[in-house]
Amino acid sequence: MLLSVVTLRTALEMGAIYSLVALALFISFSILNIADLSTDGCYTLGFAVGATVTLAGHPFLALPAAMLAGALSGFVTAFLQTKLGVESILAGIIVNTGLYTVNLAVMGWSSNLSIFGTDTLLSLAKGLSGAKAWTDWSTLIVLAAILGVAAVLAGLFFRTRLGLSIRATGDNVDMVRASSINPAFTITVGLCAANSLTGLAGCLTGLVNKSCDINLGTGMVTVALASLIIGETMFGRFSIGWRIVGVIAGSCVYRIIIALALAANVPTECFKLVSALIVAVAIAMPQGRKLLAIQRQKLLRRKEGAKC
Amino acid sequence: MLKLNNISKTFNPGTVNEKRALNGVTLHLAPGDFVTVVGSNGAGKSTLFHAIAGVFYVDRGSVVLDGEDITFKPEYKRSRELGRLFQDPMKGTAPHMTIEENLALAYLRTAKHQHAYFSRTGKGDRKFFRDQLAKLDMGLEDRMKQPVGLLSGGQRQALTLLMATMVPPKILLLDEHTAALDPGTAEKVLNITQEVVAEHKITTMMVTHNMNQALELGSRTLMMDGGNIVLDVQGEERAGLTVKDLLEKFKARVGENLDNDRILLS
Repeated sequence: MLLSVVTLRTALEMGAIYSLVALALFISFSILNIADLSTDGCYTLGFAVGATVTLAGHPFLALPAAMLAGALSGFVTAFLQTKLGVESILAGIIVNTGLYTVNLAVMGWSSNLSIFGTDTLLSLAKGLSGAKAWTDWSTLIVLAAILGVAAVLAGLFFRTRLGLSIRATGDNVDMVRASSINPAFTITVGLCAANSLTGLAGCLTGLVNKSCDINLGTGMVTVALASLIIGETMFGRFSIGWRIVGVIAGSCVYRIIIALALAANVPTECFKLVSALIVAVAIAMPQGRKLLAIQRQKLLRRKEGAKC
Repeated sequence: MLKLNNISKTFNPGTVNEKRALNGVTLHLAPGDFVTVVGSNGAGKSTLFHAIAGVFYVDRGSVVLDGEDITFKPEYKRSRELGRLFQDPMKGTAPHMTIEENLALAYLRTAKHQHAYFSRTGKGDRKFFRDQLAKLDMGLEDRMKQPVGLLSGGQRQALTLLMATMVPPKILLLDEHTAALDPGTAEKVLNITQEVVAEHKITTMMVTHNMNQALELGSRTLMMDGGNIVLDVQGEERAGLTVKDLLEKFKARVGENLDNDRILLS
């Protein structure tokens, strides 16, 4: 067997968490057409807030607290670009830079935080039953359930009138203004929703790893973007429901590729290169398909020519 | 219905590119007026529409719509009472969303839906959209689940017209909305426009480069030049007017020939 059950399970656990970030980028990047580069910092913020609240003895409050913190960060990014006229990419970079200090402050001015030995949402779930099957799989089940709720809510939300307005904002902003929707409002709601998901993902990563440091989120944007693009390449861009399914599948495929690389004994030093390769291949896929189709057509033409 | 009181707008003031686009325009439209607007290149026709729609605020003067001073009302808020169509058929619809979703967005303008953020398109809405689409007679009612990007320019423009008038606006601004369409489609969209406007008695302004159209359609014709209205004809005076008369009148007022590289005289 290429992958052991344990490796696959871990890959899926990480895939579920990264799906949330990919879902966040799906909202900001695919739907709103905004490259939100505050993702890295926001992810760490989610962890910092979630871990701090968990350490304070509120394991259940950790998730909503991390989401609220993420939404606040998204609000600041949106405020910078809609009200103060900061270029959207720059707004994300500014917020990302500022968040570094905020994250340190939340973590009590320490660059790492451990929650070993503290009751967390995941450890409490694991303790529900002593059966081996449950203790092995409980983490994945809880993560998948959270992801499922988030995905279904997102799918429903983007069919409501507010959701439609947000989608139209990324599609044709002129039309949005001409149909009585305030684009500043839709961008703000969209970025708050997206970053609350990023915050949630950061919080869950902390709960799984039980310890994290200030650089946890570095490179998160690239990873999430890779998942998003793999998903859109595999599933196309049809209805909103299918696109969300594609995003989740893309994240899991990405984590499985990484796990395969690990199983093939690729040294950890090479990991960034592997990630970069995956991203490049995923992005190049649609173009590659086109080239292949042209070659096939040429070949067909040549065969027909030979017949005549 | 619409009152423009001495409005002016200068772009890039104080620079070499300074351009007085509107120069003290005063205009009163009665409810139900259908006004055609013609004029030379850069006469300020589109700028006038932008001023009414709130794309920018005017430097001087005031804009009053149905008794309400909207001079400093933001663009998106004015859109509740104001429908707009542009020359570019791509501008009025969201290409990656379905016909049904586009219509649902336009439907947001109704008072009932303005704050119903989480309401979804129901069966009743869908039937209403279907009936409205059927009126266009383009077969769009059977393609409601298709993305708008698949439609032709004419179909998109007809859909935009439907979206702008589904909830009848107080004023409808048509900025050469048929100029980018082929003659057959243009005529069809124009016919639909006339029907819709007549049905709801919508106060309408339409920019056109077709001089015949300017005289045949609607109830009043404006000619613009240099950021002002130089000619305003309606009623009997307009009824007997030919294209030639119109051009001569323009020359008499402005002192030079109407200069427009896209003008259609016949």
